[in-house]
Amino acid sequence: MDVIEEGKGRLFTDPDPDKARAFFRKKSRKMKNKLMSLKMAVETFVHDGDYLAIGGFGANRTPIAACHEIVRQGRKNMGFAGHTSTHDFQILSAGEVFDRLDIAYIIGLEARGLSQCARKYMQSGKVEISEWTNYSLAARLKAAAMGVPFVPTRNMLGTDTLKHSGAKVVACPFTGKKMTLQPALYPDVSVIHVHEADVFGNCRIKGIMISDDDLARASKHLIITTERLIPNEEIRRDPTSTKIPYYLVDAVCEIPFGAYPGTMPYEYFSDEDHLQAWLKAEKDPEEFKEFLKRNIYNCADNFEYIALNGGVARMYELRMKEFLLHKEAENGGL
Amino acid sequence: MADYNVMEMMICVAARELEDGSTVGVGTGAPCAAAMLAQKTDAPNLVIMFEAGGVNPILPEMPISVGDSRTFYKAVMASGMCEIMETSCRGFVDYTFLGGAQIDMYGNLNSTIIGDDYDHPKVRLPGSGGANDFASFCWRMMVLTVQDARRFVEKVDFVTTPGWIEGGDSRAKAGLPLDAGPYKIITNMGVMDFEPETKRMRTISVSPGYSFKDIQENCGFELLQGAKIVETMPPTEKELRILREEVDPYRYIIGR
Repeated sequence: MDVIEEGKGRLFTDPDPDKARAFFRKKSRKMKNKLMSLKMAVETFVHDGDYLAIGGFGANRTPIAACHEIVRQGRKNMGFAGHTSTHDFQILSAGEVFDRLDIAYIIGLEARGLSQCARKYMQSGKVEISEWTNYSLAARLKAAAMGVPFVPTRNMLGTDTLKHSGAKVVACPFTGKKMTLQPALYPDVSVIHVHEADVFGNCRIKGIMISDDDLARASKHLIITTERLIPNEEIRRDPTSTKIPYYLVDAVCEIPFGAYPGTMPYEYFSDEDHLQAWLKAEKDPEEFKEFLKRNIYNCADNFEYIALNGGVARMYELRMKEFLLHKEAENGGL
Repeated sequence: MADYNVMEMMICVAARELEDGSTVGVGTGAPCAAAMLAQKTDAPNLVIMFEAGGVNPILPEMPISVGDSRTFYKAVMASGMCEIMETSCRGFVDYTFLGGAQIDMYGNLNSTIIGDDYDHPKVRLPGSGGANDFASFCWRMMVLTVQDARRFVEKVDFVTTPGWIEGGDSRAKAGLPLDAGPYKIITNMGVMDFEPETKRMRTISVSPGYSFKDIQENCGFELLQGAKIVETMPPTEKELRILREEVDPYRYIIGR
């Protein structure tokens, strides 16, 4: 297959499946206790210079507590996959954690507005960029999860997005049609927030999967933060519900409200007031410094951050909102 | 005649374009409001899909994110990104609604940078998100935007999302799925489609109170004119009541 066109964006990760296989050959298959603090998990598995990916999407089931910990520990020079990365991107930009970036959607917080801090960092010249789309990044993770160097797709054709990506276009050997080849993306380390996990790393996720099934399989190292731990017996009682098997996982951290101030489906809805407070604080650099100090650097862990922002009482208000109980209370029904 | 604002006008006109029983890929904001309004008026069997995985939810309120829990509330399926985009690529999604900072006469959209130097942009924008994907795959792509010469430009600074590329058969030559592409552009001043041969943007209707001249003066390139330019039907009392009371009671979108 001859390459008809190729983007000039750099590939920040190696799509070679045999190198990935050699890595996975050595990864432990032992079903052992992987429970540890988030602090230790980040110290052990997230290194300066690594390529990082974050599960969830658009502040939904995103591991925000882990993003705080990465910033708190001062990680730098990382690669990052911006796959509708909103509040997580805002946090990592504030810490200037990454210097190279695969972009699908960044800076914005969808209907909420734009992050001044993230935009400033992106316009500073400190970050090297390759352009992609949401589906392209999902397809790249799928290729890695399949253990192949690429998958063909039909997006990006005819656009500048393709020209600034690391994708290549070839003619299909069966039909002659042009196909975009999306190179496999194997992150060095990823963090995924789940509803339930056992101490070995068997995980349950409710609601939309987004790309996290493939992300878990594509990642060399995987940190799981979970709303709650469950016994292995419960996993074995209902194996249909296991979305991530233990052997993909390196660390399990029990972090209740670990997606706050984002939404955790069937648990709590996003805290729009707190997200607006972020956007507002960013407008004044001095105020933002204080804001980060208060909410991230001076907090020992997620419990302190939650306590600072309304504690359990606030979490239960957000739980009511998630289940639309506030509407039932107002209207006597939906 | 009922009183209405610019956003209400665009949402009502957009909602009428969605046929009952069809499928539509939407994001948050005005496109989602249009799809919800369509479901509550003439298209009760319209299937809404969200790129993060929500399929055919019974939306209890406007989602804030294309992946928040409202996007799969009482849905028929909570799936994922590949499922939705593969379904679109397979030819199962009829419509998509998009926006962008800039649009050209072929319906190409820019949501990546403002400025003529990619490495040193004046403004960095969010990027494609799922827009390039939906615009590549869905049969009919529509855009909801305000008529403004800074948005409707001769040449977009960056083609994030494909329209008819350079017109004619250039979209097919680029390798994109056949017979899919930009369908209608809905603004506060009127509705445009694309002339079938050249694929250039063409005015087919104008909103009450505006003329073709107004649209042309607020457009950075020469617009074609349909054989007959009709007046766009303004929002009805019923559409406005449903939009204000059921779709967007907190005026998140229509209050902008």
